[in-house]
Amino acid sequence: MLPTAIPVGTHMIHAAGIAWAMKNDGEKVAVLTSFGEGATSEGDFSEAMNFAGVFQVPLVFFCQNNQWAISVPYYKQTASCTVAQKAVGYGMPGIQVDGNDVFAVYRIVSEALERARGGGGPTLVEAHTYRVTDHTTADDARRYRDEGEVALWKQRDPILRLARYMKKNGLLDDAVEAAVKARAGEKVAKAVAAYEALGPPPPEEIFKHVYAEMTAPLAEQQAELRRRIEGRR
Amino acid sequence: MARLNMVTAIDQALLQEMERDPKVIVLGEDVGRDGGVFRVTEGLVERFGEERVIDTPLAESGIVGFAIGMALAGYRPVAEVQFSGFVYPGYDQILSHAARYRTRSRGQWTVPLVVRMPYGGGIRALEHHSESMEAVFAHIPGLKVVMPADPYEAKGLLTAAIRDPDPVIFFEPARVYRAIKMEVPEEQYEIPLGVARVVREGKDLTLIGWGAQLRVCREAADRLASEGRYEVEVVDIRTISPFDFETVTASVVKTGRAVIVHEAPRTCGFGAEISAQIMERAILRLEAPVRRVTGFDTIPPLAKLEDYFQPDVDLVVHEIIATMEF
Repeated sequence: MLPTAIPVGTHMIHAAGIAWAMKNDGEKVAVLTSFGEGATSEGDFSEAMNFAGVFQVPLVFFCQNNQWAISVPYYKQTASCTVAQKAVGYGMPGIQVDGNDVFAVYRIVSEALERARGGGGPTLVEAHTYRVTDHTTADDARRYRDEGEVALWKQRDPILRLARYMKKNGLLDDAVEAAVKARAGEKVAKAVAAYEALGPPPPEEIFKHVYAEMTAPLAEQQAELRRRIEGRR
Repeated sequence: MARLNMVTAIDQALLQEMERDPKVIVLGEDVGRDGGVFRVTEGLVERFGEERVIDTPLAESGIVGFAIGMALAGYRPVAEVQFSGFVYPGYDQILSHAARYRTRSRGQWTVPLVVRMPYGGGIRALEHHSESMEAVFAHIPGLKVVMPADPYEAKGLLTAAIRDPDPVIFFEPARVYRAIKMEVPEEQYEIPLGVARVVREGKDLTLIGWGAQLRVCREAADRLASEGRYEVEVVDIRTISPFDFETVTASVVKTGRAVIVHEAPRTCGFGAEISAQIMERAILRLEAPVRRVTGFDTIPPLAKLEDYFQPDVDLVVHEIIATMEF
């Protein structure tokens, strides 16, 4: 698992390269790269799809179409009815799935991964869903979208749907649900507390992972910072 | 006169220029109803409609390339890139096309385009949100690169940038956006591109900065003056391309010493160019080597280590003293 790529849409081509390398090494594995519908507007999305198709790499493109790229709605992002149909132009299957249906997503992604592992090439999966929260803590989605729409999608929350399904089939009761929620809440609270208790890393971290071996100019700059911190300048 | 922060001053510059010239168009991600993630374009779509304030698909190459087309067809597009760290898919369009149409067509086609984008650290952001990479744009022939330091400057320089017949990269210091308010005239005015300004006169040393670092320079100079130690002359470069070597040379000829401050990495930062120009034009007047106070040659660290990376007043004061005592 690679770290989150903050630039939008330029990382899928790396997944294609990784998938090519794994296939070339004879490994029976598949790669999955995830992104939002906004990312499909970047030119590099097209290049990644094209390379994946040309080289028939074992790769699943997983698009989480939550209908909003910050304030820009799906219909302003693309004139294509679905993201899935974009696959046609690159010679690979494209499948749209209800992104709030846990079982449907599991099945479609499993099949796509299986096909990739078996030499069947890449697949584009579009999971149709909705961003119920703001984009970030700095965003206020009330500026640009209807709250009624948000409320509607909150009812379709995949976790609520799964709980409803499990209860209906006798797989879950209120007591277990409450216990699971409490456990999850505790786990998150603990992780947040642990993160917040972390002190700053040592200043040398700034220089540590720029090259395999520290270069002379960086060593000089690191010494400069050390002198500065110690007040020796 | 109203006291405005830089966000409002830029918004006002855009609004007034759009009113004056119907060919001025604003485009970018979230610039419409959302008013941009920093709210710089707030109110524009309500005033001018979606034909002139365009929310684009999420694609920097698309935004810049589309704007080049608009400019070639007689419009005056002002494109916003959400953070300068995300401009690079559009860098090819800037380098290979925006900056070259004039030369390629021997002056028959021009690209009067402005690409605005926030830059720089000090906002405690995540990766790709704190870079100061002006030098990789200043290195491109055919481009102008503007870096305003305060609200008054931002309004006048942006107005001039939109009216300029050539492509302009307009770097807005994210750290300054809401940090200061100052009096900004309601009426339109232009600050010409390519002219530096002396913001504080002094006889002992020339301190050179731009954008967010200008405040650091001013405070360092004020501290040394209030302590009765040195009278430092502070020069705001304003536009790093074209670079106003005359103002800088005149100052260094007077003071005999120079310190350059930028938060960009040191190697090949714009400080290197300024230093070289000083050597070429005023070496016999120099009493000490030109010093640079810069970011390190590393990726900008995340929030907890960020202050070690940014030049600060203490460091600038120290370097000034070292240069004076050389």
